[in-house]
Amino acid sequence: MGNLGVLERLLMDVLWDSGQALPANELRDRLLTPAAVAASRKPLATTTVLTVLSRLETKGFVTRDRDNRPHLYRAVRTRAEHTAELMHEVLGSAPDRQAALARFIGNVTPQEAESLRLLLSPASGE
Amino acid sequence: MPATALALGALALALAWPLPILLSRARWPARSPGLALVLWQSIALTGGLSMIGALFAYGLLGFGTNALAGIRSLSVHAGSGAVPAGMTFSQVLALAAAFLLTGHLLLNLAATFLRARVQLRRHRHLVALLSEPSADRPGTRVIDHEAPVAYCLPGGTTSATVLSRGLISLLEADQLRAVVAHERAHLLQRHHLVLLAFRSWRSALPWFPIATRAETAVGLLVEMLADDEARRQVDDRTLAMAIALVGSAHGPVTGAGDTGAGDTGAGDTGAGDTGAGDTRPGDAGAGDTGAGATRTGTGPRDTDAAAFARPDHPFDLLTPRLRRLVVDTPRLRRHQGFGVLAASAGLLALPTLLLLT
Repeated sequence: MGNLGVLERLLMDVLWDSGQALPANELRDRLLTPAAVAASRKPLATTTVLTVLSRLETKGFVTRDRDNRPHLYRAVRTRAEHTAELMHEVLGSAPDRQAALARFIGNVTPQEAESLRLLLSPASGE
Repeated sequence: MPATALALGALALALAWPLPILLSRARWPARSPGLALVLWQSIALTGGLSMIGALFAYGLLGFGTNALAGIRSLSVHAGSGAVPAGMTFSQVLALAAAFLLTGHLLLNLAATFLRARVQLRRHRHLVALLSEPSADRPGTRVIDHEAPVAYCLPGGTTSATVLSRGLISLLEADQLRAVVAHERAHLLQRHHLVLLAFRSWRSALPWFPIATRAETAVGLLVEMLADDEARRQVDDRTLAMAIALVGSAHGPVTGAGDTGAGDTGAGDTGAGDTGAGDTRPGDAGAGDTGAGATRTGTGPRDTDAAAFARPDHPFDLLTPRLRRLVVDTPRLRRHQGFGVLAASAGLLALPTLLLLT
């Protein structure tokens, strides 16, 4: 079931790109791209799409409109908003959250990095 | 027993103030960061143990003449619910403080780890949706963002290194190799566990400035250890250039400095100051220490900057992590290394020995 992760990503891409609420069978049709077919390695069934959708719902990325028949699924936030949330954590603008993520440049400040670059560049030009 | 309590108290004081200050100012940790990391852990653990031990030993005075007898008597009295005759009020307080402090530190440790786990899970979900696995690098994912970032996501079998598209287009192939090796070292050596432990110590004792200093020092050592792994794959200059490129590209993208802790926008004004200082080495002395203070906004790094601010040499403007990449920094000699290890082990054994004698 390792490819469920891939399907989750592709499904979110469909929802993000469409920007509207869609029923599961419509999502399945739009998922029939070469990449998704390769990930599922078999004809993509609506039940699989429903499984993936409920996983995404549990994780808080998708909401379901239950008033409608069939249920309509919609992305909770846009791709850009999620990307901003992620980068926020990575760049440590949320001081409470960064400890778990060790970034490559660590505590090196832009100024310090700049002096290092100046220090290294004349010699590298030789 | 009164002597034991006193000795433990003295040890706690030494580990709470002069020793960590000395270690955070010393220059040898850049030569052998792994050994320095062991010593920091020993200081933190022994500091906590001796603090608790001093209170405990003092409180036990009401129960018995030595520790073992005291503990036995304590458990009997705890069962019956009574306090032995002649026990003073301050001894009761000390005993209660010892138990409370132990509980506080342990609960805080657990809470820190649980919170980190929740945050990491959420972050991993985000990464799974927003990034693609790298075709040519196993265990690496690429996120579509222009800011050059690289970091690692610890998590056992699902741990991954995350690179941004901006980073890949900024760096050359062997610089990228250095970045990936650096992040992989963080993951393999489980650095997040050490960082979390020190972070929990700091959040448990927010009024205790040394805990912040220790966390900063340990964070720096962990970066040095990861750098050392990267240096086995590429030469020092390549790694240094990768750090310089990624680090200096960060400023304009994020808008502010990246220490997170003390960012107040002061970092932005600091940029101009350091820039000027770098091109005019003549007046570097005072100006650069000042810039060091605005750079981080937090206390601990000031001393690092001050220690390196000799105006005659541009290398001295660099903090230890970068300095060791451009200036030859030999590892500690074998006997010195043994000395550090022996000191760490000795420290760790000391509270128990004191309590039992």
